[in-house]
Amino acid sequence: MKQSPSEQVAVGIDDVVKIYGEGTAVVTALNRVSLEINDNEFFTLLGPSGCGKTTILRCIAGFEQVNAGHILLFGEEIDELPPNRRPVNTVFQHYALFPHMTVAANVGFGLKMLKRPASEVSDVVLRMLRLVHMEHLADRRPTQLSGGQQQRVALARALASQPKVLLLDEPLSALDLKLRQEMRVELKLLQEETGITFIFVTHDQEEALTMSDRIAVMSQGEIQQIGRPRDIYERPVNHFVADFIGDTNFFDVTVESIEHDRAVCVLPGGARVMAEAVNGCKPGDSVSLSVRPEKIKLRPSDTGGQLAGRVARPIYLGTDTHYKVQLSGDLSVVARVQNAHENAASVQVGDAVVLEFDPGSVVMLRD
Amino acid sequence: MLAESQTLRHRRREQIRSRGLLLSPALLTILGFLIAPLFIVLVYSFLTPGTFGGVIWDWTFDAYVQFLFERDIFDESLVFSTAYLEIYSRSFVQAIVTTVGSLLIGFPTAYFIATRPDRQKTMWVLLVTVPYWVNLLIRTIAMLFLIRDEGPLNHALISAGLIDGPVRIAYTNIGVGLGLIYSYLPFMVLPIYATIERFDFRLLEAAYDLYADRWTILFKIILPICLPGVVAGSLLVFIPSLGAFIQPNLLGGGKNLMIGNLIALQFQSARNWPFGAAAAMILMTVVLLALIFYTRHQMRHRVPGH
Repeated sequence: MKQSPSEQVAVGIDDVVKIYGEGTAVVTALNRVSLEINDNEFFTLLGPSGCGKTTILRCIAGFEQVNAGHILLFGEEIDELPPNRRPVNTVFQHYALFPHMTVAANVGFGLKMLKRPASEVSDVVLRMLRLVHMEHLADRRPTQLSGGQQQRVALARALASQPKVLLLDEPLSALDLKLRQEMRVELKLLQEETGITFIFVTHDQEEALTMSDRIAVMSQGEIQQIGRPRDIYERPVNHFVADFIGDTNFFDVTVESIEHDRAVCVLPGGARVMAEAVNGCKPGDSVSLSVRPEKIKLRPSDTGGQLAGRVARPIYLGTDTHYKVQLSGDLSVVARVQNAHENAASVQVGDAVVLEFDPGSVVMLRD
Repeated sequence: MLAESQTLRHRRREQIRSRGLLLSPALLTILGFLIAPLFIVLVYSFLTPGTFGGVIWDWTFDAYVQFLFERDIFDESLVFSTAYLEIYSRSFVQAIVTTVGSLLIGFPTAYFIATRPDRQKTMWVLLVTVPYWVNLLIRTIAMLFLIRDEGPLNHALISAGLIDGPVRIAYTNIGVGLGLIYSYLPFMVLPIYATIERFDFRLLEAAYDLYADRWTILFKIILPICLPGVVAGSLLVFIPSLGAFIQPNLLGGGKNLMIGNLIALQFQSARNWPFGAAAAMILMTVVLLALIFYTRHQMRHRVPGH
């Protein structure tokens, strides 16, 4: 049964600061981070390694103490609680299954620690193993399982005690590509089935885009943007987000005039493009624009025009072809053309082309 | 096909030959310095004692009979006697206490070393082995000075106000136990250290996350996974403690006879070589049986895939 994310806040991160090290070797892992994760939500923390995403997870789990700020679970502060008294469970990056126990004993460990009756433990273990399609391997040891199977056991173990929030620390990163893609779908289904809030940490943008209800993009201990996958991809707020998620073309431009939220911007070569103006931008400002390669259309043309150039280098990628187009003023742009028709071959190296794109697909960045 | 299998067989033979060559120094050493002396001890245990030591080549079971029975001095009849069994059980208790004591001290020590930063580990391991650079006899005598009535230990306890007068530690079983633990502690620490070093500490976080408290983590996660090291360490401490000679002799003042002392006595002042040999054989048989039992038990409970 599909449960849509409710408005109730499951996890609140309130102005949290986390500092590692002492003296001169201080690293600020989290710099006044605040965010709210709703109940039943599949929430992803996305960012490059060292951005602080795993630190947030470890603070919620209780493995790290925050230096300032608070962590709230359904409105209650949990800062003082040790990990074994927080109703959240973690799926670890390397699974951390207990090697001396069977699969079933691993899955039942949490319930046993909570002193649930043996009959209940075995019932739940069986149900959890069925949920992850592992019931036939209940008596095996973790070392006898493949990476994907271990992954499922780790999931079942973390879900068995029905935590209020499940924390997933790059759980798919150790799997090969095919398995990773399968597990993405399964994880999302599992989250919808159980209705448990998932907080998922990854550096893989594709993972984040395919599974999440919402994504928080992080960099250098700060949150750059929070939004639905579509918002993050289509409306990145700054250079970092636009660059980290997907491919894009950046233009450094000067704002010439603004009319009805539309800004006319001048490229270094003198060409003009339209973009949606962000709040507070005024004529004369230097800003960056981002245009995704797939939003750019190539028209063969010898007549020249605003954004005319020559095809420098096509890169064939199977489904698409990337065309690098050299514009005047030492600018180059990448356009992605789907190889839906044979016409892909109609553009050759050295051809003169004109770039076309909708003003709505030009995003003005805030930095 | 045929030629191929022949070359294969040839290569295999070569392999076995070269392996045998590599092993031969070890095999010769074991044969010459372990099997042969043991065989001599075994043979001597079935001979008749000579009047001034040595043996007379008359085959007899007397030595083994003497272990369990006493010959009545009046009518020469055999009476069951527990005197030697008592010595053996006393030694076993002493060895068990030593093993448990070493484990209680050794496990936390090994855990401490294994959780230090890499560069410190080497230093700590070295420190553990430092006592071994000094002869066992000297170390044991040093221990005697520490624990004697007027020694630093008693002085410290008195000045701390814990006791009024000196407590007798030297020349008691406690003194012997302390000496044995001191002597064999590194044998406990090093194997346990080796297993904890390989321990995946992320498992602790997983257990902690799954509502386990610290003691449960120790007993359900750390100890079971580090059990091979604990067993190896315990064997390495238990076996030499059982036959220990120097510590009971010096620290126990030779009052309570232990297996080691009994055997030494037979070869020295008692001049009963066959009985000494028999006592040694009985000790070895008991230890071997225990080891075989343990290994079989392990095999049966062996984790498949491990």
